[in-house]
Amino acid sequence: MIQHHLILRVVTKLLVGTIIVFALYVQFHGDFSPGGGFQAGVIMAVAFIIYGIVFGLEKVKQVFPAWIVHKMVALGVLIYAGTGVVSMFLGYDYLDYGAFSPHHPTHGQHWGLLIVEFGVGVTVTGVMVAIYYAFAGRPPAISDEDW
Amino acid sequence: MIELFVNFVLFTMLVLTALAIVRIDRLFAVVMLSGVFSLLSALLFVTLDAVDVAFTEAAVGAGISTVLMLSTIALTKPVQKKPRHNALVPLIVVGVTGATLIYGTLDMPAFGAKDTPAQNHVAALYLERTPTDIDVPNAVTGILASYRGFDTLGETGVVFTAGIGVLLLLSGLARRREEEGEEQ
Repeated sequence: MIQHHLILRVVTKLLVGTIIVFALYVQFHGDFSPGGGFQAGVIMAVAFIIYGIVFGLEKVKQVFPAWIVHKMVALGVLIYAGTGVVSMFLGYDYLDYGAFSPHHPTHGQHWGLLIVEFGVGVTVTGVMVAIYYAFAGRPPAISDEDW
Repeated sequence: MIELFVNFVLFTMLVLTALAIVRIDRLFAVVMLSGVFSLLSALLFVTLDAVDVAFTEAAVGAGISTVLMLSTIALTKPVQKKPRHNALVPLIVVGVTGATLIYGTLDMPAFGAKDTPAQNHVAALYLERTPTDIDVPNAVTGILASYRGFDTLGETGVVFTAGIGVLLLLSGLARRREEEGEEQ
């Protein structure tokens, strides 16, 4: 069990919450400011990765189990593609967000952007954390002192 | 004037970082420098007003890839192997490829030019119609998710496929080793 320096651990605990809030801001404020699903997904994943680096893989897997991460990888694509299927069932083109609010097409667009970006964010978070788990889960060849 | 100066400084630092990456043998320093390289590129994107791209470059290039490269080094060795072959052939290959690339840039529009093909095609139409069609202040999000919704679905599919590929490659091996260990 790695026990990193006290300052690192305290600062990480302070940072993780802030990073998650910032990721949510980037995710849901993407229509108004730079950012969107891709960036938010990466930032969200960073929150878990930094926790994993400082406290160890076992701890972060208790917070965010691998099976949820793997489900998220597929869930995001399903949300995105499913949005298109729903708009098709409502009688519009595939991924035509006007379908969600026929009287106010721009409102429908807002809903569509929000849902689709959410799907992107879920997949990107899942993939980034899954790749980190896959890399960090293998036995390291170098001990901490060799760096 | 000040913009030219900023671009000049940033490009100089990019080249210096790249040269340092080539020179250094310790892979830990190389990974850190590649993070610096990504941050400098992100700054360049900011000067080009491509804030969304800069954001992605800073988060992915400087954040995630640095962590992944460090994890990779932890699985291998922290110092680069001494080359066993003559450096002449690789040098020629790199030289020819570099010359070809530079030759290719001769036909490209000037740095930051506004009359590039990318600007003249549908971009103006998107910028003009985003306020009435989609009504969001950030036109990039509108283009990305609505006008180009199919492309972004494809991109999400690429991220999905990449993730599945890495998972199959790495976790499959771990499980096979576990099973072999149990048999022994």
